[in-house]
Amino acid sequence: MFDAIIALVWIVIKIVIILVPLLIAVAYLTYAERKVIGYMQCRVGPNRVGIFGLGQPIADAVKLFLKETIDPTAANKFLFMLAPVLSLMPALAAWAVIPFNNSWVLANVNAGVLYLLAMTSIGVYGILIAGWASNSKYAFLGALRSAAQVVSYEIAMGFALVGVLMAAGSANLQTIIHSQQGGIWHWFFIPLFPLFLVYWISGVAETNRLPFDMAEGESEIVAGFHVEYSGMGFAVFFLAEYANMILISALVSIFFLGGWLSPFDGIPYLSNLFAWVPGIIWFIAKTFIFLLLFLWLRATFPRYRYDQIMRLGWKVLIPVTIVWIFVVGFAIEFHLSPWFN
Amino acid sequence: MKKIVQIIKSFTLWELLIGMKLTGRYLFAKKVTLQFPEEKTPYSPRFRGLHALRRYPNGEERCIACKLCEAVCPALAITIEAEPREDGSRRTTRYDIDLFKCIYCGFCEESCPVDSIVETNMSLYHFENRGENIMTKPMLLAIGDKYEKEIAESKRADAPYR
Repeated sequence: MFDAIIALVWIVIKIVIILVPLLIAVAYLTYAERKVIGYMQCRVGPNRVGIFGLGQPIADAVKLFLKETIDPTAANKFLFMLAPVLSLMPALAAWAVIPFNNSWVLANVNAGVLYLLAMTSIGVYGILIAGWASNSKYAFLGALRSAAQVVSYEIAMGFALVGVLMAAGSANLQTIIHSQQGGIWHWFFIPLFPLFLVYWISGVAETNRLPFDMAEGESEIVAGFHVEYSGMGFAVFFLAEYANMILISALVSIFFLGGWLSPFDGIPYLSNLFAWVPGIIWFIAKTFIFLLLFLWLRATFPRYRYDQIMRLGWKVLIPVTIVWIFVVGFAIEFHLSPWFN
Repeated sequence: MKKIVQIIKSFTLWELLIGMKLTGRYLFAKKVTLQFPEEKTPYSPRFRGLHALRRYPNGEERCIACKLCEAVCPALAITIEAEPREDGSRRTTRYDIDLFKCIYCGFCEESCPVDSIVETNMSLYHFENRGENIMTKPMLLAIGDKYEKEIAESKRADAPYR
């Protein structure tokens, strides 16, 4: 009995250790986004609150906390309040299986990839429920579009992961990382390059980020599924979107770039030089690159039209993944080195 | 052949990469932002901002209540009442400009035969209470007294082009 309580307390402490830095990262991702996009547009971005505007996310959070939460008369109150929670919860819960280092993982489950697929899919319920419960036509249309998009790209995403599963021979994330051991040329992004691209593109689409931000659409459906939300409800949706971005970046670096592995393993001189760097630093650095890529994409591309998104998802990404799964199958059959021997 | 090139280009994301190269270069480009309250863009001496009534160097107000500005004002923003002063000279007793009506066209300044009413290059002012939009004669004279140096300077700079 007592042991169980101790174990429970330990788990709660671990969860806090994971979530607090994550939420801080989410807050500062919004700052980084405004700064990076500003720089790419020859502006300087926020620079008034604190030095270099570093207090800006805190000021934004305080503002949203103090705002009144309006719930529309026609809305379904219970679902209206539940929806933001439903969209944030899976984005945070997915971090349970993310390995940060050789032994740093909250739950080292064998079906980790399945758990991640399930968690990233549940996020769409938050969007759907928000759209339906708001009882507003814009929110409803936004939710429908977003749901259709997320469901379509889920398939391409799943197929891309099938390639990773075949290459690693396991659905455990630690095993997937371990099977990429041995320097940068052992990582899966080389043999699975098309799947890597497909996974990344559908990851961007999954998080409803530009250029796939069909859930929103200023000119047609205002803010999409969260038009009716204000104050904390809106803040939670915002948090969920950015937490999902961080999650997708972390997943790409785990599945295709060897997670916490050092890129210099096996290189005679460099491997000793960088031996002191802990795995979590490599993991964070890789995640960072993809987060920057998220912002870079947003600053560069105009959005897709709705039918173009559907075309890309169903007629380009899914066929590409299926073809490449066969290629990977042959490569494994013939023990193509250095990845599949 | 063209079709094959097109397919290769779209599968290697070639054009997307070119676009990202462009924005990537702008990430390090010089920023054009002006930090407003600390930095300001240069103003032309012709800039038409807040109004002022000027005085002669001996302290006598310039305005002789000819009412040309009132007549020329297209927005009817100026109201003037005049009476002879004790010394017999013709002066205004009331000179009001309604800043809500004013369209800052500068006709009053152009029509003034004695360079009395001018528009300064102050563009930053605000009202906090109802009624503050009406600039009375003492207010206008105060502005003129305070900024006489700047007003004279911009008048001088613009004189060759008038």
